[in-house]
Amino acid sequence: MSMQMYREQILDLYENPLNHGALDPHDFSYEEDNPLCGDVIKIDVRMGEDGRVTEVAWSGDGCAISQASASLVTEEIKGLTLEEIKKLDKDFILELLGIPLSMARIKCATLSLKVLKAGAYGIPDKSEMRKHL
Amino acid sequence: MFDVNEIRKDFPILAEEAHAGVPLVYLDSAASSQKPTAVIDAMNNYYRRYNANVHRGIHRLSEDATNAYEDARRRVSEFIHSPSPEQVILVRNATEGMNLLAYTWGIANLRPGDEVLTTEMEHHANIVPWQMICEMTGATLRYVSFTEDGLLDMDALPDLLTEKTKLFAFTAASNVFGTINPVKELVAKAHAVGALTAVDAAQSVPHSIVDVQDLNCDFLVFSSHKMCGPTGMGVLYGKRELLEAMPPFMGGGDMIRRVSMEKSTWNDLPYKFEAGTPSIAEGIGLGAAVDYLNQVGMDNIHHHEQLITRYALEAMSEVPGLKIMGPKQAELRGGLVSFTVDGLHPHDIAQLLDGDGIAVRAGHHCAMPLHKKLGIGASARASFYLHTTTEEVDLLVASLHRARKVFRL
Ligand SMILES: Cc1ncc(COP(=O)(O)O)c(C=O)c1O
Repeated sequence: MSMQMYREQILDLYENPLNHGALDPHDFSYEEDNPLCGDVIKIDVRMGEDGRVTEVAWSGDGCAISQASASLVTEEIKGLTLEEIKKLDKDFILELLGIPLSMARIKCATLSLKVLKAGAYGIPDKSEMRKHL
Repeated sequence: MFDVNEIRKDFPILAEEAHAGVPLVYLDSAASSQKPTAVIDAMNNYYRRYNANVHRGIHRLSEDATNAYEDARRRVSEFIHSPSPEQVILVRNATEGMNLLAYTWGIANLRPGDEVLTTEMEHHANIVPWQMICEMTGATLRYVSFTEDGLLDMDALPDLLTEKTKLFAFTAASNVFGTINPVKELVAKAHAVGALTAVDAAQSVPHSIVDVQDLNCDFLVFSSHKMCGPTGMGVLYGKRELLEAMPPFMGGGDMIRRVSMEKSTWNDLPYKFEAGTPSIAEGIGLGAAVDYLNQVGMDNIHHHEQLITRYALEAMSEVPGLKIMGPKQAELRGGLVSFTVDGLHPHDIAQLLDGDGIAVRAGHHCAMPLHKKLGIGASARASFYLHTTTEEVDLLVASLHRARKVFRL
């Protein structure tokens, strides 16, 4: 399983992540860690007038799987509404990654989605939340 | 004579494959050790031949079970040189031992203004219970820091260890740095200011001779599963007068002498702290583990681990970008090496090593404050025991080189 996990695309994204950085101001931002391993991911999102994601940026620290998944997820949600983001599930990530994952590594893979959905639901946290959301 | 190839035959799991066609290289004994046949047999034997509750029945099975269980306690007591088996409280693990202490001694003795001193290199098991009890009692928790080399900052001690300190709770050996702390010296320094001491010996009892009377520590905890014994069994040792003065932890059967509707009186040591039916097979298993370790010889085990650690420190330092955490000198370390590799996350390291059948730990090893202080989220850790060979270390190093290649480093 180990070698299949690290296929070309994952390693490319680890070296050259997509949407890496921060957005300030943003419409929502959320940060969360995986307490099991200490991986951290923060995602900033800007919404357009039509209620769809226009810009998104992420930053954080973690393994190749969590980092590649953050690149893929942030790329994929551009143009989605909050309601659409709330509907995304684990299978969505696993399909995007397209690699076999053990139970422990699924947590790495889904961290970015967890962060994104917590932000979309407006779960109160350290990060500020703009009123119109 | 210590012959590692003979030792390996004692551990049936070492003949297993990690994946089809890939032999197992188990370098995660610090998380949990493998079990020799003698331990597995002792537990099976109990279940097959004399399974019954202890301290209760007037029948042959119960008497045999009670004898075996109490005999195991005696052997554990001798193993750590406790003055008596009554001072060996059998609990579930080191964590429960520390919690028992916190909830009984801690609540009974800590007041606002008092201080509990621990260190920044502790396992969460020796941080969180004290945070909880300090919160409850109004006492303050303080920490001794560590140096760049992963040694306790002894220079900081005089300012931290004062007459306000009621308890100094520290690890005998770090599960991340591998550092072996000067337990006897720390105990003496604590006693000099009137503080009691609680030693987390989870990483020292499995690997070296521990003599609680020589150390003169007041309390000491460890886990069976890290010393060739089963999970679900651990020990809290304490000085008799302290244990006798402490209120019980949990209430129920076994821990009482007499119960009326209004009030109960407590049983004698060690039963006062052992409410309910204990982990009988696990206690018997720990007894067998102690016999096994004694038969191999703790000096031999310690010596072997020193050789392997020395070998590993050297072999691993040849991997480009690999940084070893903890003391540089092997003689200041136990049998484990935690490390990071530039450009490779510890999770990815562990995953790729697993592909080669090598089991290591990756993460914060239940020591988040330590990792935070170092400014890293995680590390990887290879840990050794009596069955580890230099060939296994070579396989580890070769696999680390391969992992770097996979990541195009
Ligand atoms: C130094 C140290 N203390 C305490 C523990 C906790 O042991 P257990 O989980 O068996 O209670 C460990 C186990 O990882 C440890 O390494």
